[in-house]
Amino acid sequence: MFQVRIHGRGGQGVVTAAELLSIAAFLEGRHAQAFPTFGSERTGAPVVAFCRIDDRPIRVREPVARPDALIVQDATLLRAVNVFDGLGPDAYVLVNTTRDLRELGAAEAVATLRPERVRTVPATALAREHLGRPVPNAVLLGGFAALTGLVSLESVCAAIRQRFAGRVADGNVAAAERAYAYVSATTKEAIDA
Amino acid sequence: MLKQTEGSQAVAEAVALCRPEVICAYPISPQTHIVEGLSRLVKSGALAPCEYVNVESEFAAMSVAIGASAAGARAYTATSSQGLLYMTEAVYNAGGLGLPIVMTVANRALGAPINIWNDHSDAMSQRDSGWLQLYAEDNQEAADLHIQAFRIAEELSLPVMVCMDGFVLTHAYERVDLPSLRQVDAFLPPHTPSQVLDPDDPVSIGAMVGPEAFTEVRYLAHLRHLRALEVIPKVAAEFAAAFGRDSGGLVRPYRLDDAETVIVAMGSVLGTLKDVVDERRAHGERVGVLAITTFRPFPFAAVRRALRGARRVVVLERTLAVGVGGVVTDHVRAALADAAPEPGGAVPYLRTVIAGLGGRPVTTASLHGMLDRAVTDRLDPLTFLDLRHDLIDREARRERAAERV
Amino acid sequence: MPVQEIKFYQTGSLVVGNRLLDPERRTVQADPGRPNTLTSGHRACQGCGEALGARYAVDAAHRATGGRIVVVNATGCLEVFSTPYPETSWRVAWLHSLFGNAPAVATGVAAALKVKGRTDVRVVGQGGDGGTVDIGFACLSGMFERNDDVLYICYDNQAYMNTGVQRSGATPPAARTATTQAVGPEPGNPFGQGKNAALIAMAHEIPYVATATVADLRDLEYKVHRAMEFRGARYLHVLVPCPLGWATASSDTIRVARLAKESGLFPVFEAEHGEITAVSKIRRKVPVEEYLRAQGRYAHLFGDPPRTDVIAALQALADRNIRRFGLLDEEG
Repeated sequence: MFQVRIHGRGGQGVVTAAELLSIAAFLEGRHAQAFPTFGSERTGAPVVAFCRIDDRPIRVREPVARPDALIVQDATLLRAVNVFDGLGPDAYVLVNTTRDLRELGAAEAVATLRPERVRTVPATALAREHLGRPVPNAVLLGGFAALTGLVSLESVCAAIRQRFAGRVADGNVAAAERAYAYVSATTKEAIDA
Repeated sequence: MLKQTEGSQAVAEAVALCRPEVICAYPISPQTHIVEGLSRLVKSGALAPCEYVNVESEFAAMSVAIGASAAGARAYTATSSQGLLYMTEAVYNAGGLGLPIVMTVANRALGAPINIWNDHSDAMSQRDSGWLQLYAEDNQEAADLHIQAFRIAEELSLPVMVCMDGFVLTHAYERVDLPSLRQVDAFLPPHTPSQVLDPDDPVSIGAMVGPEAFTEVRYLAHLRHLRALEVIPKVAAEFAAAFGRDSGGLVRPYRLDDAETVIVAMGSVLGTLKDVVDERRAHGERVGVLAITTFRPFPFAAVRRALRGARRVVVLERTLAVGVGGVVTDHVRAALADAAPEPGGAVPYLRTVIAGLGGRPVTTASLHGMLDRAVTDRLDPLTFLDLRHDLIDREARRERAAERV
Repeated sequence: MPVQEIKFYQTGSLVVGNRLLDPERRTVQADPGRPNTLTSGHRACQGCGEALGARYAVDAAHRATGGRIVVVNATGCLEVFSTPYPETSWRVAWLHSLFGNAPAVATGVAAALKVKGRTDVRVVGQGGDGGTVDIGFACLSGMFERNDDVLYICYDNQAYMNTGVQRSGATPPAARTATTQAVGPEPGNPFGQGKNAALIAMAHEIPYVATATVADLRDLEYKVHRAMEFRGARYLHVLVPCPLGWATASSDTIRVARLAKESGLFPVFEAEHGEITAVSKIRRKVPVEEYLRAQGRYAHLFGDPPRTDVIAALQALADRNIRRFGLLDEEG
C-alpha cells in the first residue's frame, strides 16, 4: 500500500487533489481511498487530505500517519504545521514553491530523506499561466506522477478531464504536463549531480 | 458499474436507482452531499417521476415523508445528529404507524458540545423508535444497504434507518460497484402499501388508542420487529444472488472460528479492525471480529452463536451512555446471558472500549495497544480509548483551584 | 346607496337550512344527501364550535371536489374527539399527523398524489390555533413559501382547549385562560402584539386567504369552494367559539361568533396573492362590551369596579380593525 498525505489551505483544492489522485489510480485498475481531515468550510485554514493506493481492497480508515509521499500545496505551512511528521527515509516530498527548501527553512527536516526524492515545483505559477487562477492542486499531481511513478501522467490527465470540463480541464491538463516535465528534468539533474 | 466516487454520491445514486417518489431534503453536515446529489438527479430529469421537497427543518422533512408514505409513495430523507433529534417526535410517529420510509443517517455526534464529526450517538438515541437500524462497513455496503432497505421496509411495513459514518464514509472517495436500474427494478418491485390514504377507500390513520388496546398495538409492533430478524437475512441472501455480493444481513463474523478474543463493532471502524486482526493473526494470536450490521432488531441469537467459544469479548463502542458506559455492550451481554458455558470453558467476559467519540480517529496503533492489554487480561471493564489524561488533569486542577477561591 | 334585498318569506329566504330554495342555492348542509364527512357519534362537547366548523368546511370541500379529498389533521380537540380507537367519525381518507406538523404532512400527501398523477385528489390540512400559529408555525410558513397545493384550515378557538384551556399565540388580550388567569393588576392575557395568522398568510402572498366564522354558513361554504378553485397554498381561518374555554352557553356558539364579527374584533375578508379582494361588512355594529359580556372568560372585566380601561382598549382594537379593513359602509 502506498500512502500519500497532502497539506494545503482551505480553498486550494487539497481535497480535490486527493480525490483526483484516487481516480487516477482507479483508472489504472487499482484500489484507492481518498479522504480529508474534516472540518467546517473555512478558506485559508490548514487542511490535510489523504490518499491510499493499493492493488488489494483498502480497509483501514485512520489518517495517514506514515506517508510514503507528501505533497505540500502551500509552502507557508512549512513553518506553521509539522508537515513532515511520520515520514520514513524513503519518502517522497513534493513542495509547491519557487524557492529553495533551504530558503524555506526546511532543509533540516528533509535531511534524512533521499535527495532525489525531495522536489519542488512552481505549481502556482504554472496554474496562473495555464488556468488563470492560482489553484495548484491538479498541477502538483503532474509533478507527483513524475516524482513517484505511482500513477502515470495519462491517468492524472484522464482524472482531471473526468472532474473538470472545457477550458478548466484543458488548463489543468496543460499545467500538469508542464509540472511533470519540470519534475522529471530536475529529478534527473539531482540524480546526475 | 464500477466507479471511484464519494460515499455520499454513491448513496445518492443507489437511492435514485430505487425509484423514490418523494424525497425531502434539509441540509446538515455531513449528509448534505447526499441530498444535493439527489437534487441534481431530480432537477435534471434523470430521476423521474419524483417530487423533491426542500423543507424548512428536519422535523418537516420527516413529516413530509410521513404524509407521502401514508399516501402510498416511496419516501426517502436523510439527516444526522441534531437534525435527527429535531425530528424525533416524527421519527417515533413513523415507527409507530409502520410507514416504510427509508432514511440515511450520516452518523454524527450529538451535542452539547456541538461536534460535527462521526460517532454513533445520534442513531443510538433513536434505537427504540421502532425503526430498523442497519450499519454500513464501507461505501459499497452503504449503497447496497439502501437498496435492501427499501425491500425490507416495504415487506415488513416498517421504517428503516441506514447508518453510515459521517465524513469517514460519506466524504471518502472509494471504489463502488453500482448496479443498473434494470437490476434494481428486478430486485425491488413497485411499492404496494398495506394501508393508504385513498378517497375511493377511505380510512382513518392515527387514531388515539387508550389503555384498553395500547399494549396490544405495541406487542404487535414488537412481533413485527422479531419477524425482521428473518426478513433481513432473507433479503441479504436474495441480494447476494441478484448482485453477486455479500452485504447486509444481521452479523458478519471475521476470523472467528478459533478466536479466543473477539472484538465486536459496528460501522467503518471494522475496516481498520480487520487490518489489525490480520496483523495479529500473522503473529499467531487467536483474535477475530464480529461485525454487527443490524442493530435493530438486535440479533441476539446470531450474536450468541458467533461468540461461542470466545474467551473474552471486547465491544468497541462509538457512543457513550453517560454515567453508564456502553450501549452495544449491554446488548451483547444479554445475548450471552442465556448461553450455556462451553464444555471445559466459561461464558466469555465482556469489556467495553469507548472509541472514536466526536470523530476522534481510531488508529491501528491504539487498537494494537488495546488488544495487547485485552489478550493479557489487563483491560478494565470500561476504557476510553486514547483518553487525553493531560486535558483531564488540567481541568481537574482548574476546578480545584476554583473551589478554593 | 346599495340596496340589500331582504326576503321575508321562508320559501325564498337564505336561512341556513332552507330546503325550499332551488338546489343550487341551498347550502351543502341543507342537502339531505350531504357528505357528513365528520359524522355523528364523535365526542365533542355540546355546542362545540370546532365540530360545527369542521363539518361545514370538510363537507364543503368534499362537495367542491366530488369527494376527492384527503384530510390531514393536527393533534387537538378535533382529532381527539373524532378518532377514539377503534372508531372514527371521519368518512374521508384521514391522517392524524402530530401537533406541530400538519402543514408539512399535508405537503407530503400532496407530493405523493402529484408524483402519482392523482391531480384530481385535493389535500386539506387542518388544526386548531395552537397547532397552527404556535407549534405548527414553521411548518405552515414552509408550506406557504413552497406554495404546496394544500388548503389549510385553522379552527381558531383562541387557546389550547384540549389540554385544559391554556393560552396560545391566538388568545386575544384580556382573555382568561389557565395560564393567563384573571388575577392581579393585569388579569387575563396580556396585551401583546397578537399573531394575525390570516395577515401572515397574506404576507406570503399565497393564492387565497380568507377568514370566516361558524355564524355564517353560506359564507364559510362559499370560501371553501372558492379556495378549491385555486391550486397552490391556501389558508382559511375560521373562528370557532368553545363553550368550555370561553365559558359561553353551549347554545350561544353561533351567536357569539356573530358578535365577534359584528363588533369588529374578528374581521371577515378574502384575499388573493396578498391583497384583500372582498370584505364582509358589519351589518349591525355592536360595542365590544356586548360580545365580551356573553363570555365568562371576560367576566373579570365586569367586576366591581369594572375594567373600563381594558374594555376601552379592546374597543380601540375593534375600531382599528373597522377602519383598517373597511368593515362598515360609509353611511354606517
